[in-house]
Amino acid sequence: MKKTISLSATLSATLSAIILGATLSAPVLAQTTLKKVQDSGEITMGVRESSSPLSFTLGNGQFAGYHIDICHAIIENIKKTVGKPVTVKYTPVTSQNRIPLTQNGTVDLECGSTTNNATRQKDVSFGLTTYVTEVRMAVKANSGLTKISQLNGKTVATTTGTTSVQHIRKHKNAEKVSFKEVFGKDHADSFLLLESGRADAFVMDDNLLAGLIANAKNPKDFKIVGETLSVEPIAIMIRKDDPGMKRIVDITIRGLMDSGELDKLYKKWFLSPIPPKNTTVNLVMGATLKGLLKDPNDNPMESYAAK
Amino acid sequence: MHLEWGFFLRDIGDGETTYLSWLFSAWGWTLAVAGCAWVLALLLGSVVGTLRTMQVTWVARLANAWVELFRNIPLLVQIFLWYHVIPSLIPPLRDVPSFVLVVFGLGLFTSSRVAEQVRAGIQSLPHGQRHAGMALGLTTAQTYRYVLLPMAFRIVIPPLTSEAMNIIKNSSVAFAVSISELTLFAMQAQEETSRGVEVYLAVTTLYIITAMTINRLMALIEKRVRVPGYVGGDR
Repeated sequence: MKKTISLSATLSATLSAIILGATLSAPVLAQTTLKKVQDSGEITMGVRESSSPLSFTLGNGQFAGYHIDICHAIIENIKKTVGKPVTVKYTPVTSQNRIPLTQNGTVDLECGSTTNNATRQKDVSFGLTTYVTEVRMAVKANSGLTKISQLNGKTVATTTGTTSVQHIRKHKNAEKVSFKEVFGKDHADSFLLLESGRADAFVMDDNLLAGLIANAKNPKDFKIVGETLSVEPIAIMIRKDDPGMKRIVDITIRGLMDSGELDKLYKKWFLSPIPPKNTTVNLVMGATLKGLLKDPNDNPMESYAAK
Repeated sequence: MHLEWGFFLRDIGDGETTYLSWLFSAWGWTLAVAGCAWVLALLLGSVVGTLRTMQVTWVARLANAWVELFRNIPLLVQIFLWYHVIPSLIPPLRDVPSFVLVVFGLGLFTSSRVAEQVRAGIQSLPHGQRHAGMALGLTTAQTYRYVLLPMAFRIVIPPLTSEAMNIIKNSSVAFAVSISELTLFAMQAQEETSRGVEVYLAVTTLYIITAMTINRLMALIEKRVRVPGYVGGDR
């Protein structure tokens, strides 16, 4: 029977992973994700409250988004592999706790907006890159600002606890422009700094900027401009040293890419009206992601910066 | 749990600052915000607390209104009012640095709490003391200066100690208006280095050291100003 074969293959993979894990490192969990799902009959998806359109809440414990749709496809394949129905549980995570919660097994599949970088790869593993964000700046449409070099003497906003802070710090250093930095406590707060005129530019991931602008009082008053400060691959996060799980995640994503399904999902979440307010993010797919759909990889952010 | 502290010596990306020097500069901002706000809170709180015990009704009412206004609005909301709302109503305030605004926000909030304690200190004194002052022919100001306040302040040193320690911890709201103090450092550095546990341990230690130092300093003051036979001096 086909099912038995795949089951025994999984079990032997599981077994070898356990032995491998036990000898190579001291793993937090002595079992693989697939084994855990098979035993418990449930899988926990780590989700974000407000990382629209990748992963966000609709209220009442409902979560939706581009990455959540992809994760549901992955879970369908996990169900086939373990050969039994699996209950999906949702656990909201934050930027601060998503890595520890993935490591300690609270979350099996993190479907949020996590940048795949080399530092994080020491602690966790990532699926094939499914979204690429470019760090750019939002300015008032009538400000005439179009380049980083024009920021001399201006005030630049960004959000505390994000990698964007590092990018402007590096850029500032390299271009010898001097500007004042202000930090919003969250993205909405940083956008308020721009809206109220306390800041002249807001540097952040372009998808987040587009989302904030779409929901602003007058979206036409703002635009996204300037060179790309950084290219960041965003991916689904899983536990490290779990080859069985990594394989299912990657096979599913590759399948979605080959069938054109991923492109449809992108159009659904980035180019059409989405809940809760039925606004459109309106962000066309960038060249980097287009290239990745043809030739997928799970390289960390550092390999993009080298270009 | 494996801890690794080496990253503190690493450069933050601007070519000159390390995480360690950033941590200490953040500590400096925490001390500066808390220190300035405390001076403001102590001055205003003493005045308002004293006014609340005056026999003149309208003065006491005004002082009551002050206390109720600043203690009934959550601190973080007050900080946002100072930072976002007030400057949009009074445009010249836009150019005031956020440091000054947060010192006012935190200082006025704490002043209402200090005022309550000063009032409690004055009201805990026997009525006879005020009457004795008046019988000696002292003016109201002299009665407060030479009779009531010297004793009242000695009585309220313990609650003022807690308040001084609180203002250190409350100064963490300054992160919300972009002051690069300890809490902002913690949130940013843990994201950049992925060493959240070490970052929060370091920051917690600095908060504890600061609060404990204040505690010991106030205990010293309490001991030095004791009056034999009166509050705290009857040993």
